Order: sequence, then C-alpha cells, then structure tokens
Amino acid sequence: MDRRKSIKSLVLGSVAGGLALHGCKPGDEQMEQVVEQAEVFYGRTPEERELDAELQKEQFFNIHEMATLAILCDCILPGSEEYKSAMDAEVPNFIEFMVKDIPEMQVNLRGGLMWLDHQCNARFGAEFISLEQEKQHEILDEIAYYDPDIPEEERPAAVNFFSLLRNLTLTGFYTSKIGIEELGYKGNMPNVWDGVPEDVLKQHGVAYEEEWLAKCIDQSKRNIVAKWDDEGNLIT
Amino acid sequence: MQIIENAKVYDAIVVGSGAGGGMATKVLADAGLSVAVVEAGPFFDPADPKHQTQLKWPWESPRRGAPTVRPFGDFDAAYGGWEIEGEPYTHKDGTKFDWYRSHMLGGRTNHWGRISLRFGPKDFKHKNVDGYGENWPIGYEDVKPYYDKVDKLIGVFGTNEGLPNDPDGFFLPPPKPRLHELFYIRGARKSKIPVYPSRMSMLTKRINKERGVCFYCGQCSRACQVYADFSAGTCLIFPAQKSGGQVDLFVNCVVREVTTDNEGRATGVSYINKEDRKEYKLKGRVVVLGASACSSARILLNSKSSQHPNGLGNSSDHVGKYLHDSTGGDRVGFIPDLMNRKVSYNEDGVGGMHVYSPWWGDNSKLNFPRGYHIEIWGGMGMPNYGFGFNVNEFNKFFGTKVGGYGDVLRSDVKKYYGALVGLSGRGESIARKENYCEIDPSTVDQWGIPVLRFHYKWSDLERNQAKHMQETFAEIIQNMGGTPLGDMPGRDQDYGLQNPGRIIHEVGTTRMGDDPKTSVTNKFQQLHDVDNVFVVDAGPFVSQADKNCTWTILALSWRASDYIVDQLKKQNL
Ligand SMILES: Cc1cc2nc3c(=O)[nH]c(=O)nc-3n(C[C@H](O)[C@H](O)[C@H](O)COP(=O)(O)OP(=O)(O)OC[C@H]3O[C@@H](n4cnc5c(N)ncnc54)[C@H](O)[C@@H]3O)c2cc1C
Ligand code: SF4
Repeated sequence: MDRRKSIKSLVLGSVAGGLALHGCKPGDEQMEQVVEQAEVFYGRTPEERELDAELQKEQFFNIHEMATLAILCDCILPGSEEYKSAMDAEVPNFIEFMVKDIPEMQVNLRGGLMWLDHQCNARFGAEFISLEQEKQHEILDEIAYYDPDIPEEERPAAVNFFSLLRNLTLTGFYTSKIGIEELGYKGNMPNVWDGVPEDVLKQHGVAYEEEWLAKCIDQSKRNIVAKWDDEGNLIT
Repeated sequence: MQIIENAKVYDAIVVGSGAGGGMATKVLADAGLSVAVVEAGPFFDPADPKHQTQLKWPWESPRRGAPTVRPFGDFDAAYGGWEIEGEPYTHKDGTKFDWYRSHMLGGRTNHWGRISLRFGPKDFKHKNVDGYGENWPIGYEDVKPYYDKVDKLIGVFGTNEGLPNDPDGFFLPPPKPRLHELFYIRGARKSKIPVYPSRMSMLTKRINKERGVCFYCGQCSRACQVYADFSAGTCLIFPAQKSGGQVDLFVNCVVREVTTDNEGRATGVSYINKEDRKEYKLKGRVVVLGASACSSARILLNSKSSQHPNGLGNSSDHVGKYLHDSTGGDRVGFIPDLMNRKVSYNEDGVGGMHVYSPWWGDNSKLNFPRGYHIEIWGGMGMPNYGFGFNVNEFNKFFGTKVGGYGDVLRSDVKKYYGALVGLSGRGESIARKENYCEIDPSTVDQWGIPVLRFHYKWSDLERNQAKHMQETFAEIIQNMGGTPLGDMPGRDQDYGLQNPGRIIHEVGTTRMGDDPKTSVTNKFQQLHDVDNVFVVDAGPFVSQADKNCTWTILALSWRASDYIVDQLKKQNL
C-alpha cells in the first residue's frame, strides 16, 4: 500500500494547523499549495476544494480561545507515558475547522468558553488557562457529568457545552492517525476476509455452522474465473 | 441565441449513465450501434487518483468525513444529494418527498448499497394475491433470462436457496458472516425469522480479466478503484467503449427535452452544456431515457409540442403518476455481549451486510399487504466524524456515571467499540395514482428547465408495516441479549416510517402496461404514444417488491435494449 500520500497530508495538516493556532493566516501562495495537494488527496470536486480552502482561510477562535481549547482538550484526553494527548492529535485545530463547517456549534462553544472564564474569574480571580490543574478540574467536575435520561434541551448550558467539547475532542482524536493507532482499528487496508478468528468466537460465545461455511467463498479460489453449470451451480 | 445542432445522426441517444442508461449503452454499443450518452454530471472514474476517496483515512478530510458537504459523508462518492444547488424541486399540499440525485458518470450506482435482489414470480403479479395495485404485463419468466445474464456479466454473490419468491441465480460465493452478524443470525432465528447470506454485487471471485477481486475494505460507497463492485461507469460504459463500441460521451450536459418532428416522432434531444450554458441539439433514431424515474418523467413532461400538448408520451396523463419508494424503518440496539472486543483483526468485509433476511411473513395474518426484508449493520468500522460522541452513554445500563473526562474515556471508547447493531427494514409500498411528480409551473432550475413538484402521502398500510418492523426489530435485539436504543416510535411518528423518497428507490413514474390509457410504456418500455422513445430506468415499474430495485432496472434495461436492436434490424423504428 502506498501510504506516502496520507503521510504527506498529515504533515501538511500540521503546517496549516500550526499557523492557525498562532492566529496567522497562510498567504495565498501557501493556500494554493494546500488546495493543489488536497486535490491529490481525497477526491474533491472543484467547488468542494474551493469551499475547504475558504474555510481554512477564515479564523474563528481568537488566540485566547484557542489556548483555552488546548487545555480543555488535554483535560479530556490527557497525555501520559502511555497515551498521546488531544493536543498531540491537534484536536483544537480540528475543532476550529468544524465550527466553520457547522456554524450552529459556534455560539455554544464560544459562549461556553466565556462562561468558563467568568466562573473562574468569579471564584478564583483568574481565567481558566491561568489556574492550577486542581482548580481547573474542580470547575470541570461540575459540568462534566450528565443524566442521559434528561433530554439535552433541559440540561444546563454549561453541561451541554462540555458535552459538545468532549464529543468533538473524542471524534477529533480517534479520527486522527494517533487516535486510530491507539484504538487499534486494523482495517482500511487490502485484506482477504476469511471469517472471525477462533479466539474471538470463543470470547463471545458464538460459532460458525458447517452448513453455512460450506456456502462461503473458498479464498484460495478467488482468482479463478467463475463458471457455472446451467443450473447456476458454481463449477470453478 | 441560436441552438447549436450536431450534424451526426446517432442510432441511439441514451440520456443518463446510471444503472438503466449504462446497461442500454452497453447492449446497444455491443450490437454495433452508434450511441451518444448524454449525462448531466461530470466524468467519473474511481481508478483515477483525482477522483478517489477509497482507502483514505479520516484525517485526510478536514471535517473527518462529516456529512456537511456530501450527505453520506465527505468520502462518499456521490456528486449530489438530497438538495442540489441551483436545481430545486418543490412539494404540493405540504406533502413530503425527499429526492436523491447524483450527477456524475454512472449516476447513483457509484455509491449505492449493491444489494442486488431479483424480484420473484409473485412480485410481478401481486394484485392476483392481495388485490392491491396492478399486475405487471410481464412475469418472472420474461425477466429471468435477463437476470441470469446480468448475474453473469456483472457478478453478484449470494446463495441458491430454492425460495419461492426470492429466486436463485448465478451467484459468486458469499463472504463469511462477521461477529455481529453471527449474533443477528442467532437473534433472528429465535423469532423464527430465517437468515441467509446476502446478495450483493461485489466480486468475491474473479469474473473476468478487466475487473479486480474484492479486497474487503468495506468502502463500496466510495466506489472501488479495482472495479470489484458494480458501478455503471466502470462495469458497463467503460467496457462498451473498450470493446470498440461507438460511444460518444457528452458529460456535463443536461437534457431539457426530447425533440420531435411534425409527425410527433422523436428526432433527438436538446440539452444544455453546463460549461458554456448554451443549448445544443443531438439527432438520433431512437431516444432512450435513463435519467432516473423522476428525471425521465420530467424530461417527458417538459417535451411539449403541438403533437404532444400534454408532454411526450403523456396522452394517458399517467407520466409522473404512481411514483413510489420503498418503505423504510430502522432501529439500533446495544449488545452487551459485543462489548470489550478484541481489535486483533480486520473485519471491514465488503461494503455492506454479509447476511440478510428476506420477507418471511404471512400477510394473510397481518394488517398490511406486502413485506420487507431486513438489512443488518454493525462492527468495528473505521472511525469517522461522530465516532466517540456520547462515548459512555451506555454506562447508564450499568448504573455508572455518564460523561466525565480523562483516561476513563479512552477505556470507554474501547469497551463499547463495535457493540452496536443496526437493523433496517426495506419494504414494499402500494403504488397509488395520488402519489406523483409533475411540473411546477412557477419554478425553473438554473438551466432554465421547469422543475418537478412532488405530491406523496403514505397510507395506513405502510404505517402498519412500519409498526411491524419496529416490533420485530425490538424483539430481535432483545433476542441478541441487547437493548433497543431510544423509544419505539409511535403512531404520532408514523412508527418510524421514513419520509417518502428516503430509501432512494424511486419507481413507477412511466409505468408499463398493455392498456395505453392506464400506462405510459408497453412491456418493452417503449412509449405507447411514440415508438422511438424508450424508458430504461425504474419509471416503467408497476410495483416495487420488497426488493431493492436496481437489479431489476438492469435486467429490464437489457431486455428493452435487445428489443430496440431487434426492431432497428427489422427496420420497424
Ligand atoms: C446511498 C444509496 C444506496 C442505495 N442502495 C441500493 C441498493 O443497495 N440496492 C438497490 O437496488 N438500489 C440502491 N440504491 C438505488 C440505486 O442507486 C438506484 O436504483 C439506481 O442507481 C437507479 O438507476 P437509474 O439509472 O435509474 O438512475 P441513476 O443511477 O440515478 O442515474 C441517472 C443518471 O441520469 C443523469 N441525469 C438526470 N437527469 C438528467 C438530464 N436531464 N440530462 C442528462 N442526464 C441526466 C444523472 O446525472 C445520473 O447520472 C441506492 C441509492 C443510494 C443513493
Ligand atoms: S469492499 Fe471490495 S468491492 Fe467494495 S470497495 Fe472495497 S474492495 Fe471494492
């Protein structure tokens, strides 16, 4: 499998993303490059490419908001010896893109960030990013849990803000290269599917029936051109 | 502005390059005819790296595959969707119909589900069984030879089970079931619902040298770069060109109407070239419409002339009538026994289900006619936008806290990965004259072509069927040791019955019949009113069956095309 292209795009993503984080906008030249390479990467129509470039060009969150998001995302998925962090997966940049792609999320997120700073200022006399982790967690503990039996519209705004942020962080992380590695997903590769491994069948208490398996493809013959008799019985 | 005329007279002009148009192109070109294919969308070839979305990783999309731009996600192959900018459609009397269009070479076959089911003998004559709807003027025996040929030409996996209304065919062997499908088999059987290997058009085994064999990436909706799944472009149009056929492709060209002469016979089509926004004319001896059931009806209705004041082929006033879609109902279940899965292996499989349940019920004991089949989905799929949302909401089933932050979320993700199973019912509705599309006299699209207006209502027959789906799905999920998610939709929500159009099986708008007063085409899909115009999409369907419609579109398009070749040879056209 030629994976060079995807690696290139990963690098590219981090360049563009890094700039966004520092509040700069890439110049037109760079943008052209982004656009050009995006074409190679994932089958966009010219209109879609333009839209993506437009969205990349805009900056929604300001530097303070981006910095707050960075810390919040890392509270949700912190780094450790064992695990990479949300920041390692550039989750804040992903969120920055998504709020432009789905503008309905903007008020909830931006308002939530303001609410958070207001709370921190009122209680500890400082903004969220300047607090010690212990105090940050103290605030988060109050908004991080919810009762799933209460409909979302009836939950407190701050709880919904954090739920949205948690959703975006998890999705951003587990759709990144390091997130998928951590998850252990083995697909998106050429493969020859030949059934569930025996140990997995055992673990889940199921088994294949001989009769069913007898109907299934014999993978050693997959490259032999199919021929049938007149009744539709496969003879190759 | 002058309309620009092409001097060449084609033997046939095919409008649209999807299932119907693609098959007609192949058959007509292979017979040595000169064919012009006029397609509203751009050229598309999944083997071209510029067009590929297959085998991309989620992070290659800045929105990680979110469905903001393409309705089935950023990696889906469709150029189109429920709404297309500049090409609106409208509704009458507040009714609902969601219309899914895809404008590209190959049409919606680039990203369809590849569920490839034959209609059975009963499906062509269902009125004889229950008195509803109308019988087809043809029977299974008329179509069987073509189903056989389609199976062999295109390739479909499945098994011969000798079922009365789900006919055997020429199948490639199916893939083995995945873990969640083994759970489904057990759960369904407990309710005496039979389960069989599914029938889908991916090549689990080689059928020729031109097309590759499936490598189990599970991404058929992204279109297969080795042509191991069926798309009309890769499996019909390209081969027709390669085998030396005289095929001229006119892409990005929107047909406005079929042109006619003083006697009312078709002379060709007029179309708008999207690139220069000018109108052109093409001449042909035969016009073959395969623009999809509603689009072809629209072209006919817009083709008004003094000979055909009500639109072409519409002396019966039946064009657009009897539009019907499959019924659809869905339920998702959480299966605790599928928790804590080992991720030691790749279970992508083919891009769709490996097992399914054809209709098993006895309608004489039920409060609705016609049945539905069950489709199954689940497994450890590739993460995409939405993965990890409400990551530990199922904690509620175990009385632990929902939400939080920190490393606990990582273990929750892994705990619940692959523990969901979805069941979808796709069933037969009754075709009704009151469900139709017509021309909206007050709206045109950006090409200046009058658009369609839909009028569509479900009846209690469909609602009762949807209720049956929900009850059945809940039972199966419980049999699997699971819990159905959300509340069972009640009467106020039509029991979860999806809006008309949502299942994307638009059929019936130019239905076939022996009586020109109550049908638009004859049994060879030739307009009663105009002998050199044919419809090869699902417009001529009299009824839908509880099977997805595309395999039948293909078989019938082949049959109609054979007839065209024969009639041209006999100089009857
Ligand atoms: C997500 C999805 C899943 C599906 N799954 C299944 C399934 O599992 N099994 C099944 O049987 N069916 C399935 N279908 C339905 C299947 O795709 C359609 O039945 C089939 O493609 C219809 O073929 P067609 O030739 O009638 O139309 P299309 O494939 O839609 O092709 C019509 C073509 O005509 C072109 N066209 C339209 N208007 C004009 C015009 N005015 N001038 C020129 N060209 C025009 C369009 O651009 C298009 O390329 C699915 C569809 C979707 C979207
Ligand atoms: S699952 Fe098979 S047929 Fe479908 S896209 Fe992947 S390789 Fe092609």
